[in-house]
Amino acid sequence: MFLCVETTRSYSMEKSYMVTDSEGGYRSMESNRRKRKKMESGTQKVKRGGRWRTEAEQQIYSAKLVEAITKVRRSSAPAAAVHRGRAVREAADRVLAAAGKGRTRWSRAIMTSRVGLRLRKRRKVTVTGNNRLRKPAVSKQEPPLKRRVRVLGRLVPGCRKLSFPNLLEEATDYIAALEMQVRAMTALAELLAGTGASSSNLQPPSC
Amino acid sequence: MSSRRSRSRQPGDSRISDDQIADLVSKLQQLIPEIRNRRSDKVSASKVLQETCNYIRNLHREVDDLSDRLSALLASTDTDSDQAAIIRSLLM
Repeated sequence: MFLCVETTRSYSMEKSYMVTDSEGGYRSMESNRRKRKKMESGTQKVKRGGRWRTEAEQQIYSAKLVEAITKVRRSSAPAAAVHRGRAVREAADRVLAAAGKGRTRWSRAIMTSRVGLRLRKRRKVTVTGNNRLRKPAVSKQEPPLKRRVRVLGRLVPGCRKLSFPNLLEEATDYIAALEMQVRAMTALAELLAGTGASSSNLQPPSC
Repeated sequence: MSSRRSRSRQPGDSRISDDQIADLVSKLQQLIPEIRNRRSDKVSASKVLQETCNYIRNLHREVDDLSDRLSALLASTDTDSDQAAIIRSLLM
């Protein structure tokens, strides 16, 4: 909950998007607001990582998320909570990916996978001769670094066969997006819990 | 790290130098709260990657938990359209 937005520490590479920011920033929303004052909006440091940290982005996401999950609630039968939770998760991911505007591989992967092309995403032909000469052999012989890179590639959607620099780039953006997702959903949950519990001050008297 | 990129960072590199890897890893390092808080510059690349994976997994899990919570919360409200309108007005 303690934010340290440092503009000095962010790296400016040719695609400078790294904004070192909140660690527990996804805990509360007012810290997000506080962040906004120090936000490097408009500067060269805010590219992709910074995008996910703006309050505007989070609000847009929250609004779209609300629409999406109310649709989920309406459409799905009051079945197992697991299913509904999963549906909410997928809706949240979908909205998140859409917010990425297709600029990143992970967002595109999520958007295409939701259409049911999940198999295609996962069953790509293993190219053994990719630019890192990854050995599809025994993992024991693989240096732990490469192995971890591979694990990372599995965690970020659609980034299994990516080269290392690109993978890190995608991972960076993905992490920032995930953090925003967590922030937005947390705030939303708190709102809902609040309005659900104390329905006097917020809800209109006549429903 | 600095903004000087004397190395050409092309995705089509056939061989990525160790320096390049270290460079990228250190950038990633700044994102991971755990590592950032330790204020140590000597975190190994392997550790950074490991913490990155853990962090992403944690975020995934958190999103899952939040999804379950949200779905439960939504289920408990009757007037979902009202809720949506309220929330939207609160958010905007």
